[in-house]
Amino acid sequence: MIRAKYLPLMTTLVVFVLAYAICIAQFPAMWSTRVVANLLTDNAFLGIAAVGMTFVILSGGIDLSIGSVIGFTGVFLAVVIERAGIHPAVAFVLALVIATGFGGVMGAIIHYLKMPAFIVTLAGMFFARGMAFVLSTDSVPISHPFYGELQSLYFKLPGGGRLRLIGLVMLLVVLIGTIVAQRTRFGTNVYALGGNLQSAELMGVPVARTTIGIYALSGFLAGLAGIVFSLYTSAGYSLAAVGVELDAIAAVVIGGTLLTGGAGFVAGTLIGVLIQGLIQTYIVFDGSLSSWWTKIVIGLLLFAFIALQRAILWLSEHRAGALRTRPA
Amino acid sequence: MASDVVRLRVQGASKSFLGIRALDRVDFSLRAGEVHALLGENGAGKSTLIKVITGAYRRDGGEILLDGAAIDPQGVTDAQALGIGTVYQEVNLLPNLSVAENLFIGREPTRFGLTRTGEMRRRARALLGQYGLAIDVGAPLSSFSVAVQQIVAIARAVDLSGKVLILDEPTASLDAHEVDTLFEVVLQLKARGLGIVFITHFLDQVFRIADSVTVLRNGRLVGSRPVAGLERIELVSMMLGRELQDEERARSGGATPEGAAAIRFTGYGKRGSVAPFDLSVRRGEVVGMAGLLGSGRTETARLIFGIDTSDGGQAEIDGTPVTLGSPAQAIAHGFGFCPEDRKVDGIVGDLSVRENIVLALQARRGWARPLPRRAQDELAARYIEALDIRTSDAEKPIKFLSGGNQQKALLARWLATDPRFLILDEPTRGIDVGAHAEIIRLIERLCADGMSLLVISSELEELVVYASRVVVLSDRAHVAELTGEAVTPSGIMQAIAAHEKAAAA
Repeated sequence: MIRAKYLPLMTTLVVFVLAYAICIAQFPAMWSTRVVANLLTDNAFLGIAAVGMTFVILSGGIDLSIGSVIGFTGVFLAVVIERAGIHPAVAFVLALVIATGFGGVMGAIIHYLKMPAFIVTLAGMFFARGMAFVLSTDSVPISHPFYGELQSLYFKLPGGGRLRLIGLVMLLVVLIGTIVAQRTRFGTNVYALGGNLQSAELMGVPVARTTIGIYALSGFLAGLAGIVFSLYTSAGYSLAAVGVELDAIAAVVIGGTLLTGGAGFVAGTLIGVLIQGLIQTYIVFDGSLSSWWTKIVIGLLLFAFIALQRAILWLSEHRAGALRTRPA
Repeated sequence: MASDVVRLRVQGASKSFLGIRALDRVDFSLRAGEVHALLGENGAGKSTLIKVITGAYRRDGGEILLDGAAIDPQGVTDAQALGIGTVYQEVNLLPNLSVAENLFIGREPTRFGLTRTGEMRRRARALLGQYGLAIDVGAPLSSFSVAVQQIVAIARAVDLSGKVLILDEPTASLDAHEVDTLFEVVLQLKARGLGIVFITHFLDQVFRIADSVTVLRNGRLVGSRPVAGLERIELVSMMLGRELQDEERARSGGATPEGAAAIRFTGYGKRGSVAPFDLSVRRGEVVGMAGLLGSGRTETARLIFGIDTSDGGQAEIDGTPVTLGSPAQAIAHGFGFCPEDRKVDGIVGDLSVRENIVLALQARRGWARPLPRRAQDELAARYIEALDIRTSDAEKPIKFLSGGNQQKALLARWLATDPRFLILDEPTRGIDVGAHAEIIRLIERLCADGMSLLVISSELEELVVYASRVVVLSDRAHVAELTGEAVTPSGIMQAIAAHEKAAAA
C-alpha cells in the first residue's frame, strides 16, 4: 500500500506521465531525448531555485526574494566580469557568498525579530531588485571565453539529446537536496519546524540555527540559479527573472509539498518544474497557442493540487477521529 | 510499591503573575516508584506548579530538590537533562515525522553526517518493545491513535530523562480501553522506580492507579494524602473546598416557580462531548449545574447555545420546537451565554465598556442597522448604573476594569438584548469576594423579573443560594437532579461522589 505521505508525489508523477503521453500522442516528435534534454536545460535555473523553495516551504515559510536574487546575481556577474575584469570562477564564488549571506540575514530577522517570512522576504525581494538596478540598468552581455567553455560542455544522450552542464547541475542539486532532506539531521529539523514549531522547540530542535540555515540555503540556491541563468542567457539584466519566485512556489506545490509545511519531497518539486516546462514545450510544438496558456494550465493545476491536499488532510483527520471515538 | 526514597521535593514554591498569586508557598514531594496524583479545579495552580518544576516559569520563591540536590532548571530541555520529563495532554510531538524520528530527533545515529535510518528504526522498535508496542516505526506518527502517540511521547520522555515523569492529563482524550493500555505503561515505569506525577480530573483513575494524592486550590496546598484509606467524598470535598457537615440551607428566596417549562430540551447530546440529556427551565427559575471539571458542564452549555450542534433530540420554547444550529439562532430566540473564560471567549479587551455592552444587541440587529450612538450611550449609562459597573467612564477599554466589573459588563451585554434565557458559566470565578455577592444579588433579581437562568458553578454554597434545582454532572453525563431540600452542598457532593464510585466499580 502506498503511504498517504507519498500520495501527492505519486499523483504529480502520474499527472506528468499522462501529460507527456498526451503530448506524444499529438506530436510523436516529442518522444525524443532532445526534448527531454532541452526540458532540463531550459528549466535548470527554475529547478535549482525551486529546490531551495522546497526547503523553505517544508519548514512552513516562504521566500519571495529568489527571483530578485537571481536577477541581482546575473547583473552582479556581468558587471564584475565585464567591467571589473574578474575571472568568472572567482565571480561565481563571490556571488554565492553574497546570496547565501543575504538569505542567512533574512532567516535571522525572521527568527530573532519574530517577523513573518512573507514580509521579510518581500522586503528582501525589493532590496535585491533595487541593488541590481544600482549596479546597472542596462542589459550587460557577458563574452568571457570561460562562459563559452562552460556552455559547450554537455553529456550526449542516446538519441541525440544534449544534456548541458546547467541541466546536469540542476539534477545534481535535486539529488543532493533529496539526500539532505531525507538523510540528515538538518533535513529532519526542517520537517520538524514545518510540522509544529512549538513542539519542535520543546523537543530540542535548534530552531534559530535551522531557520537561518534554511533561508541561507535558499539564498545559496537562488545565487546558483542566478549563475545558471547567466550561463543560459550570457547576459545580466536587472529586470530578469521577475516573478520566478511564484513559478518556484507553483512547482513546489504541484510537486506535492504541503504549502503549510511539514510534508513533501524535493523530487516532487523537480516533477513540478518539468510539468511547467512540458506545457511550454507543448505550446511551442503547437505553434498557434498563446504562451499565456502555460499560466492558465498552471493555475488550474495549482487549484487541483491544493484541493487534493485538502482532501488528503480531511481523510487523515477523519480516520484519526474514527480511531479516537472507537468504542472500547 | 513506592519506596521511602524522596525523588523530588518542592518546598514553598511561589509564583505571581501581575501581583496575583498563582502559586502560594506550595510543598510537594514525590517518592521513587510512586504514582502521585495532582488534583484541583481550573486555576488551582496545577499547571503553574508543573511549569515551575520544569523551569518553564521562573519561580518567585521556594526550592526544588531532585534526589536531595537543589536544582534550578532553566527550561523544559534543561529539566529533561536533569531527569524530569513531561508529557502533555496535547501530544507535543511532530505528527508529520515518523515514530522513529520523533523518538530520536536531535540524537539520530549518523554515519558521515547521514542518518542511519535502519539503525534508528531498529533502536526505536527496541525502545517501544519495552512498552509492549509493536508498530511500524517508519510510519508517520499521525497515522496512530492518540493512545499510541501518548505512549511514544512517554517512551521519549523516559528515555531522555528517566527520574521523574510528569503526565499532564494524559487520559483526557482517550477511551476506556486506551486508558488501560496507558495505565499498564505507567505501572511498568513505576516498577522501574520512576517518580510519576499524574494530573487528571477523573477521580476513579486516581483511585485506580495513584499511591498518593495532592490537592491544590486557588494556588494553595489543600493537602497530601495516601490514596489507601482515602474516602471518595473526602477527596471531592478537598477539591471543592467544602466541609462535610450538613449546613443549613441559607436560601434567600427562590421557591420553585410553578407552571410549564418555558424552555425544554429532550434527548439533547453529542457524541464525545456529553451524553443525551433532558433539561427544562421554567420562567423565573434558576437551574444550577454542578460537577467536577471535565464532567460536561460547559459542553452542555455549548450545546444549548448552539456553539456545538446536538446529534439528536429537540429543543422547545413555550411548547414550540425550535432549531438551535448556531449562536446566532440561539440569540434570535432570546438566549444569552456568558462563557467561563471571559478573557478568551467573552470580552473584547481593546474595545470600550460601551462597545462591549452593545455588542450582542448590535449583532442581533445586523450590521446594516447600526445602533445610533445616542442609543448606545444611553444603554451603556443605564447598565453601568443598574449593575454598578465601576469604571471612570464608558469609553474606557474594558481590559482595564477588574474581573468583577468585566463580568458585570458581560452580563449587561446580554441583558441589553432582553433575553428570555441566560446561561452563566462560572459567573463568579476569578473575581473578588465583594463582587461575588453583587453577582448573586443580580442573579436573584433577574430571576424575580421572570427571566430563566442556567448557572454553572463550582461554588456550591453560592449555587444552593439561588438555584431552585441543581443538575449534577459526572463523566460527561447528567447523573442526578436535586430539588427542594436536597439542594445542599453536601447533597451535591454526595451525588458526584456516588456516581464516580459507580463508574469505577
